[in-house]
Amino acid sequence: MTVNMTKGQAISLQKSDGGTLTAVRMGLGWQAAPRRGLFGSRTREVDLDASAVLFADKQPVDVVFFRHLVSDDGSVKHTGDNLVGGAGSGGDDEAILVDLQRIPVHIDQIVFTVNSFTGQTFQEVQNAFCRIVDETNGQELARYTLDGGGQYTAQIMAKVHRAGSGWQMTALGNPANGRTFQDLMPSILPHL
Amino acid sequence: MTAELVRGQNHTLPQTRLEIRVSAGTPVVAGATLGDERGTVRGVEWIAHPGSPQLPGLEVSQQAAADHRLAVDLEALPVGAHRVTVLLALPVGAGGPARFGAVPAPFVAVTGLDGAEIATFTLTGLDAESAVSALELYRRQDAWKVRAVGQGYAGGLAEMLADQGVAEATGLAGSIQEAVTRGLARSVAPPPRTQGGDRVRHAAGSADHRPPTPPPAPGPPEPLTDPATAPQPHTAPGPAAAGPAADGPINYAHPRRQHAAPPSPPPTAPPAQPGQAAQPVAGDATGWSMDERLYNQIWGMFEDLARAVAAYRSAVDFAESRMDQELDRALSDPRNRIGGAGDRAREAARAKRDELTSRAREALDRDLAQLAAEAAVVEPALPAAYAGWGNPVWHAHRVPMEIPMALRIGDLHLPERTDLRVPLLVRLPLERGIWVDSGRTASEAAALMDTDRLRGLAMETAVAHAARLLAVYPPGEFSVHVIDPAGAAAGPLAPLVDAGVLAGPPAAGAGGVASVLAHLTRRVDLVQMAVRAGAADSLPPDLDTGEQLLVVNDFPHGFDDRAVTQLRYLADEGPAVGVHLLMVADREEASAYGPVLDPLWRSLLRITPVADSHLADPWVGHAWTYEPLAVPPGSRVLEQVLAAVAAARRAAGR
Repeated sequence: MTVNMTKGQAISLQKSDGGTLTAVRMGLGWQAAPRRGLFGSRTREVDLDASAVLFADKQPVDVVFFRHLVSDDGSVKHTGDNLVGGAGSGGDDEAILVDLQRIPVHIDQIVFTVNSFTGQTFQEVQNAFCRIVDETNGQELARYTLDGGGQYTAQIMAKVHRAGSGWQMTALGNPANGRTFQDLMPSILPHL
Repeated sequence: MTAELVRGQNHTLPQTRLEIRVSAGTPVVAGATLGDERGTVRGVEWIAHPGSPQLPGLEVSQQAAADHRLAVDLEALPVGAHRVTVLLALPVGAGGPARFGAVPAPFVAVTGLDGAEIATFTLTGLDAESAVSALELYRRQDAWKVRAVGQGYAGGLAEMLADQGVAEATGLAGSIQEAVTRGLARSVAPPPRTQGGDRVRHAAGSADHRPPTPPPAPGPPEPLTDPATAPQPHTAPGPAAAGPAADGPINYAHPRRQHAAPPSPPPTAPPAQPGQAAQPVAGDATGWSMDERLYNQIWGMFEDLARAVAAYRSAVDFAESRMDQELDRALSDPRNRIGGAGDRAREAARAKRDELTSRAREALDRDLAQLAAEAAVVEPALPAAYAGWGNPVWHAHRVPMEIPMALRIGDLHLPERTDLRVPLLVRLPLERGIWVDSGRTASEAAALMDTDRLRGLAMETAVAHAARLLAVYPPGEFSVHVIDPAGAAAGPLAPLVDAGVLAGPPAAGAGGVASVLAHLTRRVDLVQMAVRAGAADSLPPDLDTGEQLLVVNDFPHGFDDRAVTQLRYLADEGPAVGVHLLMVADREEASAYGPVLDPLWRSLLRITPVADSHLADPWVGHAWTYEPLAVPPGSRVLEQVLAAVAAARRAAGR
């Protein structure tokens, strides 16, 4: 069951059968900007970026984003930077895969963020969404619709955190402003 | 339209009155459990099994049979039932097979009442399991769907029922099996399965109607894995195995032409037992040939090891820094100055560090054990080019007809576990030259050794590398030239000289250096010109177009400025046209040339004659300890291999 969330809504999720999550994927999709100019050369492309920050006890330890596609320990993988978006048909244009069972023992939280690298606000992008999927069965755990989301260029999407021996996800949906995850650090820290 | 499901896939059901057909080829017990919206089985009254075959809306067979028909009316299920799980189990105590791996893959189909198939699922890949949860019908927002599950349980019915939250699972499993045993006495033996009427389909959608076979055996001819550790195919060998099958179709493939496209599928690892990692298999990676698969697997192990250790080191660093912070805080807190509070805080900080460190070590040890198990399977399966000198494959080595993908030039390991070695493979043809560093400042182990011994060792390493290269190239496609200006390396060079595999005697003195360099420079020039002009056929007939390796000992002894310039030219331009360098040198001795030679050193892959940690991996940048491949003491393998090379050359008439 997909939870369609509004900004700021925070809920804890577990798998429907009560088990804990073992692998999640954060997907980000948006529609490419319409062509402008005779040859499309005056199009201002929309470049949204998905990032994941790994925290140990509120200290950032590793970041997975378009310049560092795999965390050093190999547990978090970015599928690659997409600079222009897709057809807006609902597929993920960027995705971050997290193998929760391989996360190093000291990492206790992973925060997923979305930034608009080219600076368009979420009001200007079309058909943009981000979602968290339980990778083991393809079930969508949470989805945000980003477009029409106001004068923001970034969103603190969700966090996955240790709970007992397993993992839980909390959707955050907190709007923020920034070009890359570094700009978002001050907005992330209150959510840890 | 029938949907052929694969494990985990789901499909919407168009109607609620259904029949589930099971065809297993061997008597199996079929049952079903009902679950509420949270998947919980509320009690024994929600389980249909041979001892209690009827539930509202559901009926199963009373006995074990090779074929089952389960009638399901989803509308009539008890209130609150949101899920129907169809279970299969092998009957115990009847002398039949005890694991699904020993029987044909069960096939289940969900059909309408008219018999039209809605969805089908073949439960492939089962092994030691004796019970399996085959399908799940579940309600999703007022629509019913079917999902292919295929989750097996090695612990049988009891484990499967316990997994579904049934309280008296063991007792219930016992009573089910008992009811089955009573029923089995009445049943008839299943007819032998015929090939034409085979209901088993392969999930991969193979079009032909082969009898149900396990995944095809690995392609290459030599046995790849140690039979003691390798998982064996359950029944007959797959179609890739050479030799005529007694009853199978005639195999028109050339028995020795193994590398023709399309590639045989890689050996698949058997499914993991619940709760433990899959058994490793050699060649368990992608690639068009077994060579490529093993190459990719070794690089995969290299990366896994790098990342597992990165995770461990990161956790330990974090634990240390957190303890330091906590100790500082404890120290600066004035309340801690009185009484034992300060000691307690320090104690607690240390305990926290130790706890995290030990958990990190535990995770690392688990990963390392898995990699070690993989290495233990992969290492004996390696072809000569990837294998160490101690591997028996070198004793039976025959000079190949085509060059391998890569060559092992040493082993790498990390201090966390020094006995877990990853082969260091370099692609062939060599993309860059090799520099065996004979300097005493090169490494700790080298500093403890006297200069002459180290030089001798460096040259022996170089000779071993040259021998490996000679042995893995087809006869006549690789020649080795040696420059030994002072004649200092006669001892280490003896195996190459005695076997007569060098292009000429080791060149000595300034004149020898000049003539060898001139010869190779001319070759580089000519081939380069021919390649640029696209006129490969205009090369002079006396030119050897095979790959050339120049072994240089004692650099820069015997080199003048002109020779140094030529050497640099060979290092820069040679690899592209098949001329490679293998330098044995001490950088200190060449320091008189100043920075002129820096690009030369940088362009070469530096290795050492003794263990030294100077190589970094491309992912995390750990410092890995490189160790050259040692010939086992007392072994004549090097001489044997070189003799085989010489014999192959004579046979090829070169």
